[in-house]
Amino acid sequence: MADLPDASTCYELLARMALIRRFEEEAGRQYQRAKAGGFLHLAIGEEATIVGTTSVMREEDFLIGTYRTHGHAIARGTEPKRVMAELFGRVDGTSGGRGGSMHIFDAEKRFMGGYGIVGGNLPIAAGLALASQYKGEDAVTVCMFGDGASNTGNFGETMNLAALWTLPVLFLVENNLYGMGTSIERHSAQTDLSKKAEGYGIPGRRIDGMDVIAVREGVAEGLRLAREEERPTLLEAFTYRYRGHSAADPEVYREREEVDEWRQKDPIETFAKRCVEAGVLGEREVKQAREAADEAVEAAVEFADDSPEPALDTMYENLYAVTDPGGWYAVDERSPEPHRGEQEEQMPAAARELAEAGAAYAGREEGPRPNPAIQGDAQEGSAHRVGDHGEPVNAEEGERDEADAAKPDDEAEADEVAEAEDAT
Amino acid sequence: MAEMRMREALRDAMAEEMRRDEAVFVMGEDVGVFQGAFKVTEGLLDEFGERRVRDTPISENTIVGAGVGAAMGGLRPIVELMTVNFSLLALDQIVNHAAAIPYMFNGQAQVPMVIRMPGGGGHQLGPTHSHSFEALYLQVPGLLVACPSTPADAKALLKAAIRDDNPVIFIEHESLYGAKGEVPDGEGEPLHFGEAAVRREGSDVTIIGLLKMAQVAEEAAQKLAEEHGVQAEVIDPRTLRPLDLDTILASVRKTNRAVIVEEGWPHGGVGANLSTLITEQAFDDLDAPVQRVTGADVHMPYSKRLEQAAIPHSEHVVSAALATLEGSL
Repeated sequence: MADLPDASTCYELLARMALIRRFEEEAGRQYQRAKAGGFLHLAIGEEATIVGTTSVMREEDFLIGTYRTHGHAIARGTEPKRVMAELFGRVDGTSGGRGGSMHIFDAEKRFMGGYGIVGGNLPIAAGLALASQYKGEDAVTVCMFGDGASNTGNFGETMNLAALWTLPVLFLVENNLYGMGTSIERHSAQTDLSKKAEGYGIPGRRIDGMDVIAVREGVAEGLRLAREEERPTLLEAFTYRYRGHSAADPEVYREREEVDEWRQKDPIETFAKRCVEAGVLGEREVKQAREAADEAVEAAVEFADDSPEPALDTMYENLYAVTDPGGWYAVDERSPEPHRGEQEEQMPAAARELAEAGAAYAGREEGPRPNPAIQGDAQEGSAHRVGDHGEPVNAEEGERDEADAAKPDDEAEADEVAEAEDAT
Repeated sequence: MAEMRMREALRDAMAEEMRRDEAVFVMGEDVGVFQGAFKVTEGLLDEFGERRVRDTPISENTIVGAGVGAAMGGLRPIVELMTVNFSLLALDQIVNHAAAIPYMFNGQAQVPMVIRMPGGGGHQLGPTHSHSFEALYLQVPGLLVACPSTPADAKALLKAAIRDDNPVIFIEHESLYGAKGEVPDGEGEPLHFGEAAVRREGSDVTIIGLLKMAQVAEEAAQKLAEEHGVQAEVIDPRTLRPLDLDTILASVRKTNRAVIVEEGWPHGGVGANLSTLITEQAFDDLDAPVQRVTGADVHMPYSKRLEQAAIPHSEHVVSAALATLEGSL
């Protein structure tokens, strides 16, 4: 077992993992209260993989992840309150309420995004690494993805390109043993994922993703290989999510005992214990780390609650960049003039009514949300979602019933209907 | 002015922009050593070397995705997809990533990238190599869509596309690569997106055609004048997103009739969209229903006879134009 780093590093590692844990627990709670919408994928149990990785990255390095990346952004230094505000869909969120849980982004911290399409971030990681190489910069791109993504075409294509062009990139598969509800034995013919890129010329290595020190060690070496030798590698970190794939996961695919077994290896508990036993940290410091997390998350919820919802007239902002000296950009064809959004007089009456109803709704705490499917042409209305694949369970605020809210989170989640979405 | 082929004009645009800006580079299948499947990148490897003219594996989604990442990382990639048909393999990166990223990350990242792709039928390449997907890309918010029909426009629009901070779908037509035209000497000015060209003025009917069909529209106008005494106004939109609807509507308000010609499929096509816009905004000015001339609603057949029958020709356009004039001639 690798040695512990100095006390202040240990404290930082513990505190960051505790913060993410606490954040995720609270995010789950806020989802139960319907403050957060859409899908919610929690990384509880996976903190050591996340924090171990970011703790050895340089500021100029890029990190790119999946749709389970609240923790990755926080580990990179994004303020938890901004992530929480994004979950709440508010203007102070990391994407101003445009992205939601699956699309966290923080350019300043070089957290280059959460992505909702499984495997979609892999080619982009290659491109980021290409940019660094092309410009002669030292930065390495760390690309994290789930075991399910290793089955996508993007995986093979990107491994090949990265090896062919000797890109400064480190691939890290967060193997939590399930692609959504399909266990690894049932979704991958090669279950040793560290071997899965060997044929492309990318060597792999397995690490204990529940041990923050082991992750640091593995990632540090991978970063070195990428930075100094331009050799992309693949790390397979064994980890586990205690919660379901998303908040709407009944978890019929695994036994409670398996979850309990993994909880025994809890990355935060075991690391805290080790630090205390080694005399690097005291019980008081462990407690302090937890309390700091509690406070930060409490403040995050308060901040997110206070942050306003986006104004309707910002709908079209940032859809296009206005290039100088480029042309003009109409956001649609209804007017060739540069403008942000449909001009009032050019909007069909039905769409205008819907938008106005939406605006009225946005100002109220509760009340019926106008249903575009009933009231008219949803495409031309502006603010409304018509129900995507598998209506999120909390599409309507306040829909979740009291009985569920009173249950422990896991049970309440288990009661929800399974959603039909892409796999981890 | 110098006469050159469209492929040369496109190459000059890339070369000039690469000389101007170190961040511009080209990547795609066979763009380097092979000099481009359609020889559009001919000579670029010699001048700029392998760092800036990059042959890629056959991995469309990853080529485009790597372009997205490189653009987010500060470069200005020109990605060549060998044909529009193959762009279907990259749709996830084009739609879910390139087009969505600036918006879904609220402007924290830009994707200044050009995705060039040739399409269209006429070479007996059959069902999987003859598509026209202008309408498909036109539908996606966040993308700009260019569809030039002359060498001069191709050069000026490609330069504008490269300098633009948005992802641009740059559609070329395989049959036009060898077409010659006058191109301004020297570097020339980039053409603004969203400026249609009036190719021919007329007072009786407006014909809107794009890519190869811009030429077909002009041929039809010539025939209409010579054989029927009809003066058609011909408009080439040049870019579909943004679209210069003003120029089109002004013409329709003058002629009171419109014919739209495209090579793509009829359902949900460029013409379907444009005829709706015209009907919505110039209904009172129309003296006849808007006519659409489109490719046949089939997968492009291989047989020369069938293929030619599936692609619009000037006589189809003439007859559509005459239909709008029925009763008034």
